[in-house]
Amino acid sequence: MDVVSQLQKQFVDYSTSLYREGFLDDQFVQLQKLQDESNPDFVVEVVSLFFEDSEKLINNLASALQQQIVDYKQVDAHVHQFKGSSSSIGAQRVKNACVAFRAHCDGRNLEGCMRCLQQVKFEYSLVKSKLETLFKLEQQILAAGGSIPVLA
Amino acid sequence: MDATCLSKDMADHGEVPHVLAVDDNLIDRKLVEKLLKNSSCKVTTAENGLRALEYLGLGDDQQNISNDNCSKINLIITDYCMPGMTGYELLKKIKESSMMREVPVVIMSSENIPTRINKCLEGGAQMFMLKPLKQSDVKKLRCQLMNVGS
Repeated sequence: MDVVSQLQKQFVDYSTSLYREGFLDDQFVQLQKLQDESNPDFVVEVVSLFFEDSEKLINNLASALQQQIVDYKQVDAHVHQFKGSSSSIGAQRVKNACVAFRAHCDGRNLEGCMRCLQQVKFEYSLVKSKLETLFKLEQQILAAGGSIPVLA
Repeated sequence: MDATCLSKDMADHGEVPHVLAVDDNLIDRKLVEKLLKNSSCKVTTAENGLRALEYLGLGDDQQNISNDNCSKINLIITDYCMPGMTGYELLKKIKESSMMREVPVVIMSSENIPTRINKCLEGGAQMFMLKPLKQSDVKKLRCQLMNVGS
């Protein structure tokens, strides 16, 4: 198998595993469908925005939960944002972690919230590194003169 | 010409619908903008209800200042959950305006709450859409709204 075919197979196998393991859902497929010649870097742009936004949200959450008197409404507002953006890009596990988090905000449960924050951070860093790997594979395929396979 | 909808007239004359998209989430704003552009719409985005009203010339301090933007907007699509002014409150303000009340308003939300949906529809929203939006949702939107009016 030549280099391009090898890379393409790697890409397909890796992508498929991300969906199978629940890191990404159909919304990521939808995102890829939006990319076209007029906007060839659309997915990377949106995902980069997601990374920046998520890091801010995580910091805001950590600081909100460290207050003497925790404002659960504020915490919930941040989680709601995070849930929204992760859902919009198809980061399923992050979204699910946010859903669990909101339940603890409703219950004004500090310990539950702290645990959920750790869970969200964990899922976020996982999906971030997986997406970065995926994008790297894409770059390698393009650099080798190949085209990126489209998953059905 | 009926200025309220994405009418056939507009398409026939090569005019492109101009949509005002309102959402406090940066990623969602970028997505809805791309979805609309892919459906051949011109898009202006606003990050909250106040900015949207200011753009339309309906801000509190703009009572007597005439504003061109108003008449150019063919559709407003707004998120429901926004800090400060919700999408529902924005909808009401638009419906109260003699200039803008005929413009269709679509409300989006990530939460499927029937009472919320009914409230928006009764408040004059043309449609309620669940997030995250897909291309097929926006295509449907464009088709449905093109059948309104003429």
